[in-house]
Amino acid sequence: MRHYLDHAATTPLRPEARDAWLAASETVGNASSTHGAGQDARRVLEEARERVAAVLDSDPIEVVFTSGGTESINLALQGLWSARRDGADSIVLPDAEHHATMDTVAALATHGAFVRSVPVSAVARIDPVVFAERLPGAALATALIANNEVGTINDAAALSAAAAEAGVPLHLDAVSALGHVPVSFRRLRGHAGAGVGLVALSVAGHKVAAPVGIGALVVARTARLDALLRGGAQQRGLRAGTQDVPGAVAFATALELAEAERETESVRLRGLRDRLADGIRSRVPTAVLLGDPIDRLPGNVHVLFPGAVGESLLFLLDVADVAASTGSACQAGVAEPSHVVIAMGRDEADARSVLRFTLGRTSTDADVDAVLAAIGDAYLRASGSGPASRS
Amino acid sequence: MSGGVDSAVAAARAVDAGHDVVGVHLALSRAGGTLRTGSRGCCTIEDAMDARRASDLLGIPFYVWDFSERFRDDVIDDFIAEYQAGRTPNPCMRCNEKIKFAALLERAIELGFDAVCTGHYATLIDGEQGLELHRAADNAKDQSYVLGVLTAEQLAHTYFPLGTTPSKAVVRAEAAERGLTVAQKPDSHDICFIPDGDTRGWLAEKVGTATGEIVDRAGEVVGSHEGAHAFTVGQRRGLKLGVPAADGKPRFVLEVRPVSNTVVVGPKEALAIGEISGERFSWAGAAPTAAEFACEVQIRAHAEPVPATASVSAAGVRVVPDQPLDGVAPGQTAVLYVSTRVLGQFTIDRTVSAVPAVV
Repeated sequence: MRHYLDHAATTPLRPEARDAWLAASETVGNASSTHGAGQDARRVLEEARERVAAVLDSDPIEVVFTSGGTESINLALQGLWSARRDGADSIVLPDAEHHATMDTVAALATHGAFVRSVPVSAVARIDPVVFAERLPGAALATALIANNEVGTINDAAALSAAAAEAGVPLHLDAVSALGHVPVSFRRLRGHAGAGVGLVALSVAGHKVAAPVGIGALVVARTARLDALLRGGAQQRGLRAGTQDVPGAVAFATALELAEAERETESVRLRGLRDRLADGIRSRVPTAVLLGDPIDRLPGNVHVLFPGAVGESLLFLLDVADVAASTGSACQAGVAEPSHVVIAMGRDEADARSVLRFTLGRTSTDADVDAVLAAIGDAYLRASGSGPASRS
Repeated sequence: MSGGVDSAVAAARAVDAGHDVVGVHLALSRAGGTLRTGSRGCCTIEDAMDARRASDLLGIPFYVWDFSERFRDDVIDDFIAEYQAGRTPNPCMRCNEKIKFAALLERAIELGFDAVCTGHYATLIDGEQGLELHRAADNAKDQSYVLGVLTAEQLAHTYFPLGTTPSKAVVRAEAAERGLTVAQKPDSHDICFIPDGDTRGWLAEKVGTATGEIVDRAGEVVGSHEGAHAFTVGQRRGLKLGVPAADGKPRFVLEVRPVSNTVVVGPKEALAIGEISGERFSWAGAAPTAAEFACEVQIRAHAEPVPATASVSAAGVRVVPDQPLDGVAPGQTAVLYVSTRVLGQFTIDRTVSAVPAVV
């Protein structure tokens, strides 16, 4: 029996979302067609859009469906950059963002963007004051609401207010936060002026138990943002392509359920999380919980195991049927040293010695027990092995 | 599992033999290319994918482990340092010695494994005095030379399922029969971390270029070059000589002197070496008991073994070949054989010419 503690990577599809997908797939028609079949599909799609908008506390016209978090982030950053006002040539980028953000900004930097980096604290928090200092005159700014690796929750309201004050368009990455902390586009946007402050918010379906392949970018009406995918006028011309009706419906269903359960589920997950964190530390006294101990995602346990090779720990846990993560995946399958851990002020050896356990909807005490049963021995073996422990 | 056909078939045979097998692809180069565009280079993303799919087919778990830092320190940096010192390194030996059967093996043992299994063509035999390393059944594919650097301790934890196979063609046929997509994948050759095969260009990038003199054995300047590291003993090509030899015959690199950035050239006869010796040595099993004994010495992966007499002491190994050896560069590895058995190896520090000193 496999014990899955990598819900941040993906989480099992909710049966209701699957059923909703199947039901929606019975409607045959391209939602952009003018005939009856198209109208039927369109109706189903727009109902889903309204449902998603309601959960995110935005207007339906502001919800742009995409293929997922990565596309949403790419659309937001490239789109805002492309439509930037004359003379603005900088992007405000905190040091511990997700790779979708980091890599997109890096690509923009090769096309003339200057990057203003914002250091994060030792728990990977973005200080709104430091953030605000970087803003004046920037073309756009971006920030995680909650850090996907170490779970720290930022003060998104303060970051949004700072951007509004500075007259800078802001993109917030809510991919990891969705379903775990309240996310209200309206409240975060507040009374920001046209095209500034929070203008774009990314979310991903499979993180809240919708299928992989659907996500959304909430785009304020007044946002100046150019499309990434061209080829049709769908979705305000911001995202061309035949729209994924069943995907949107499944997303709406999963999102509603996630939001309905959010408070009780957070309490439940925190209980499991804290037992897991405490249990790890009692079996491995040198282990350190990284990220903010209080303002952190309810299911996230991120641990530094000094002197242990992350790859080896992952392997030993895998052998014990425990699925965990070192934080960020990569194409060739090699565990990269975490840039988030380095941004928190630690060295590369530490950045290779971390594990992220994330609990979710299907997590139980048995999952926590399985980790605790394996971690002591795994640490002993993994701290004798490999380059990380050799100087 | 490199993504090649040899390691895939080796893994398959290990599974068939009843072992509990896990496939590991080594990430050795941070600057790896993405796709295989030829036979050169290794460990691209495509290679990793091929290794993964082979593991999938065999039903074994698959991991990619990052040894790129150790590889950089122990293999790549050593490669550069050896050239800078005027020697000719063999990075494949260093990789076997320090990475595959050391760093990887150490980690494997710590994680509960018993052995590292590879697709090398070599055979392990239980001899009277313990484990022995022997040539593979197929002489053309025999890779016992690059394994000559392994010690008894390391050999005790290795497994070479391909050693007794009559030929590479048989391995490819077996791969095809098993449904492995890599059955027809070309073998990679040359140095894995220099994918375009241009060692000289690669070294120039790492080490820079510096104009120096090419001189004959009498010290007369006969040409110039852009960096002594681009030359290896025995080399004939790439010599831009302004002054032809008095006898009109081609000249070869006899010696590389990095300190003065000078390359010494001379006639082919001057390449003949009558004695080689080295201080860094190891035995692939029990050390020889006699201080002097007959053996065969092989100085390159695909060189013919040459009958010789070896003298062994704590200070090092000295080998006198029955016939002079040509083009032996300091830094190369000399592997000693007795019949098909690998006795051990030493890194050649010193060569003595078979020709009396010169005009």
